[in-house]
Amino acid sequence: MLRCVRNDEKEKTMNYNVNEKGYYGEFGGAFIPEMLYPNVEELRQNYLKIMAEPDFQAEFNQLLKDYVGRPSPLYFAKRLSEKYNTKIYLKREDLNHTGAHKINNTIGQILMAQRLGKTRIIAETGAGQHGVATATVCALMGLECIVYMGEIDIARQAPNVARMKMLGAKVVPALSGSRTLKDATNEAIRDWINNPVNTHYIIGSAIGPHPYPDMVTRFQAIVSEEIKWQLKEVEGRENPDYVVACIGGGSNAAGTYYHFLHEPDVGIIAVEAAGLGIDSGESAATSVLGKEGIIHGCKTLLMQTKDGQITEPYSISAGLDYPGVGPMHAHLAKTGRAEFMSITDSDAMEAGLELSKLEGIIPAIETSHALAIFNYKTFKPDDVVVLNLSGRGDKDLQNYIDYFKI
Amino acid sequence: MNRINQKLEEDKKLLSIYFTAGYPDINDTVTIIQDLEKNGVDMIEIGLPFSDPLADGPTIQDSSTQALKNGMTTEVLFNQLKDIRKTVNIPLIIMGYFNPMLQYGVEAFCKKCSEIGIDGLIIPDLPVDVYHEEYQTIFEKYGLINVFLITPQTSVERINFIDSVSNGFIYMVSSASVTGSKKGFGSDQEVYFKRISNMDLKNPQIIGFGISDNKTFTQATNFAKGAIIGSAFIKFISENSIDDIPNFVTSIR
Ligand SMILES: Cc1ncc(COP(=O)(O)O)c(C=O)c1O
Repeated sequence: MLRCVRNDEKEKTMNYNVNEKGYYGEFGGAFIPEMLYPNVEELRQNYLKIMAEPDFQAEFNQLLKDYVGRPSPLYFAKRLSEKYNTKIYLKREDLNHTGAHKINNTIGQILMAQRLGKTRIIAETGAGQHGVATATVCALMGLECIVYMGEIDIARQAPNVARMKMLGAKVVPALSGSRTLKDATNEAIRDWINNPVNTHYIIGSAIGPHPYPDMVTRFQAIVSEEIKWQLKEVEGRENPDYVVACIGGGSNAAGTYYHFLHEPDVGIIAVEAAGLGIDSGESAATSVLGKEGIIHGCKTLLMQTKDGQITEPYSISAGLDYPGVGPMHAHLAKTGRAEFMSITDSDAMEAGLELSKLEGIIPAIETSHALAIFNYKTFKPDDVVVLNLSGRGDKDLQNYIDYFKI
Repeated sequence: MNRINQKLEEDKKLLSIYFTAGYPDINDTVTIIQDLEKNGVDMIEIGLPFSDPLADGPTIQDSSTQALKNGMTTEVLFNQLKDIRKTVNIPLIIMGYFNPMLQYGVEAFCKKCSEIGIDGLIIPDLPVDVYHEEYQTIFEKYGLINVFLITPQTSVERINFIDSVSNGFIYMVSSASVTGSKKGFGSDQEVYFKRISNMDLKNPQIIGFGISDNKTFTQATNFAKGAIIGSAFIKFISENSIDDIPNFVTSIR
């Protein structure tokens, strides 16, 4: 039967979640060497089943509550709201144990790894936040932990390197390529190829081969799940008018959007790092500068030469300094479901300082990118805007000090 | 008949060599291919360098980085190879990661390969399932053989599937590792080589990863139709010169 589909109906029928083949629209999949197939396939076949098990659920929720400190507050930022003449709520992931949203995912994945019988954990890290979150859960569970980190990042994120070591992890420098996050990820994948039986790879963002983007998204989805009931308590409605998050690979964003993806009245805003400016050649704004291709096992948007060589991104924030974006976000960009904005280093740094002064919260520089959009986008006075305050700024203090000559 | 299939019918153990195009020098590609053939190598894998070679160890990574610095691109490689069939008769395979091929256009890439006289492709990050569903008809249209990898961890069911989709040979990865990382073969490898050999697959197997000298070449070819040398060759031409290629080949068999 032929019938006209109205736009809002289309909106409702469009699927923004992963499909059974591991794709978000045309993005996703698992473009992996055969050496990784058994591990990734084992995970694919088991992740949903394991996550649905009552004892998994119980342990996951218990740890999120007692160890991570969830639920994280949904804080009405009064002075920030006054300044920008709209209602801004901050989802306080910065108050989680280890200081960022990253731990929601590592708790989930360590429980997954245990149930798959893995005894050795590997991870990649850029800023060191995911590395610290992984080292933390490995200490908690008594599992061996190896974190790959670009040699350059090791130098510029010394406090987090020390944290990982204190937590008992081995930090291995990635010496190839640009020696940053992309190369750390390559090294972690190579480690997994070399250790195919006892090792689980805890990827730190909503990237990589299927089922990683979906699994990481589901572990981070606790963020939007809490926003719904918390907002209901204070505003009398579950749905905000907008949700806002910064995007490196896209894990805090995926968690923030998850329960609102199919709510057409919720606007989704994704904030990428423009670095020194979109046209400067020193940027990490993948949705603008990227083209469809394959990075770290998934088809998505990525920054590359016309020849298909992956290029080096740049951002002042090590956590946004990634040349790709998770496949869910590539799909949200392509379909127009999310509005993508990009924020320069300097705008982000100013926004970080502003939040410190107005609300007494020093944010991670990653998060500062999301905070800077209020200078570029005007919201209505009664709009409810929920922004994921993905991390705290302790790790970035030196950066802020150097930048503002404090 | 495809040159790969012809070669596989010859009654001998095959020596196949991998090298990274554009390394050590941008213009070495054709010379290396010609010298390898002259010295009795049976088949060549021409590596199209990639910025992020996930399945490769440091030796091939470094040669790829250098080749890219030297200016190697897909277009440059195709130009260098355009007259290769005037002088070279052995099977030539391009080995590379999928993204550069995707950007060139998979069909355009295959068409160009067939015009030049490339016989097959090895694309480590294009899984057999995706190939089978999306690209097999294109490869077949241009008469290209796509070669798939198996490892000691690959299930019997999947090996059989790979065998059914393949129409040349199966690339048997000697152990769970990236390229260039293991030294010598132990009893684990022997058990694995025997197990695969006993499966009586329709496609012959060629063993790669960890073949570096006469000993490992002989061990591998005891159980397989041939063996592929990559990192050891790259290392050799880094430490010596491409003029010494005859010495390398004679040291293997
Ligand atoms: C505080 C914080 N926010 C955001 C990110 C970016 O990652 P993702 O896009 O996966 O949330 C990072 C990464 O290190 C981070 O530490």
